[in-house]
Amino acid sequence: MIRKKEEERDSKFTTVSIPTPLFEKIKKRIEGTGFTSVSSYVVYVLREILAEESASQDEAFTREDEERVKERLRSLGYLD
Amino acid sequence: MPAPHGGRLVDRVVPEAEREERLEEARSLKALRITPDQAREVENIAHGIYSPLEGFLRREEYESVVEYMRLPGDVAWTLPIVLDVEVGTDVREGRTVALWEDDEAPLAVMEVEEIFPLDRRRHSREVYGTEDESHPGVAKTMAMGGLLLGGRVELLREPESPFHAYRLHPKETRVLFRERGWRQVVAFQTRNVPHLGHEYVQKTALTFADGLFINPVIGRKKRGDFTDQAILATYQALIDHYYLKERSVMVVLQYEMRYAGPREAVHHAIMRKNFGCTHFIVGRDHAGVGNFYHPFAAHRIFQEFPDLGIVPVFFNTFSYCRRCGGVVNEKVCPHGPEDKVEFSGTRLREMVLAGEKPPPEIIRPEVAEVLLSLDKPFVE
Repeated sequence: MIRKKEEERDSKFTTVSIPTPLFEKIKKRIEGTGFTSVSSYVVYVLREILAEESASQDEAFTREDEERVKERLRSLGYLD
Repeated sequence: MPAPHGGRLVDRVVPEAEREERLEEARSLKALRITPDQAREVENIAHGIYSPLEGFLRREEYESVVEYMRLPGDVAWTLPIVLDVEVGTDVREGRTVALWEDDEAPLAVMEVEEIFPLDRRRHSREVYGTEDESHPGVAKTMAMGGLLLGGRVELLREPESPFHAYRLHPKETRVLFRERGWRQVVAFQTRNVPHLGHEYVQKTALTFADGLFINPVIGRKKRGDFTDQAILATYQALIDHYYLKERSVMVVLQYEMRYAGPREAVHHAIMRKNFGCTHFIVGRDHAGVGNFYHPFAAHRIFQEFPDLGIVPVFFNTFSYCRRCGGVVNEKVCPHGPEDKVEFSGTRLREMVLAGEKPPPEIIRPEVAEVLLSLDKPFVE
């Protein structure tokens, strides 16, 4: 049971190599912060960068959809 | 405007043109009775408020959310959105069922992709951080059925709502914000009538944004809480007298509070991101109850989500200062407690019950008048 849990946990994580000097630099950088490991810091930074990249995706409204929505907003007094 | 959470605004509402036919089909499916709270969950999924969810969580999603506060694709998601049924319910994996809230017509259909057991104690521990049944979320979990159904839903019809004029879905608010030219929109969640402190927080945040999205939570409440009607009527009075119409909008959210503290604060932010907001006001002990969470736990948890896509705006404590002559917070006022009037919900409630008009240091006179004119401002 414990082994199965460990396997499940391990399957959710993988290893990425970074240069040792960078690892040491990060280790120093996170001293006294809320980060408990180099891994947690790297995960945080990567998530932040990836989120910035995907933040400007366009919505896929059709023209008809949009007109219908605007009509409802006007009828409820939200738009003039 | 932020992209919807997970990148795409979910729309699981059956198109008008297909509605009658799909409703007819659904009447012949295995029927599953759902509660009003579950029905609101279905609506929130279908209208994209819970984007990227397209249905109730399947097992892998549930496990990932409970354990890591993320969906399997690494998208932040802190509250498990689940549909429970009693053990022994006649439902099988691979079947489509009709979800009925009332006897009028089916509300939705659901593809039951997975059925899996609910470990109530673990669920309570992970989601609420406690197994103490005096916590309302834990009490509710302990009363849940022993099986969870996972799978996509489709909404077949829009139930009547007394708050029709205040109900907008993310698809609509996103168009509204764009049409009004709002690039930065700050969201404020509320379950109370507005006092001067709320107004101060909202206007402080609005000063640095283009628009204010006031989003009262409507739904089942505890005895003694302000009624939904009281909240809406008083907010409307505040907006009419003290807000710029072109800078604020009030829309209701039909949603059941879990009181899950920090986890729920993140969930609240995600919902507002889906409405198109860029900022979300997080108060002291946001979504907390009793003394179950540290007053700032709901602030700290946001540090774990650099990829949330909506900016939390934290407010701590604020009060009215007689010497400053206005609402202040601990960062801007040097005066002591003898000069302060605290915004106490309990005190306000007592005054209203006694038919006494609360002073203008606590609540705007126009708001107080509306409040005192209501027959039943509290849930009985």
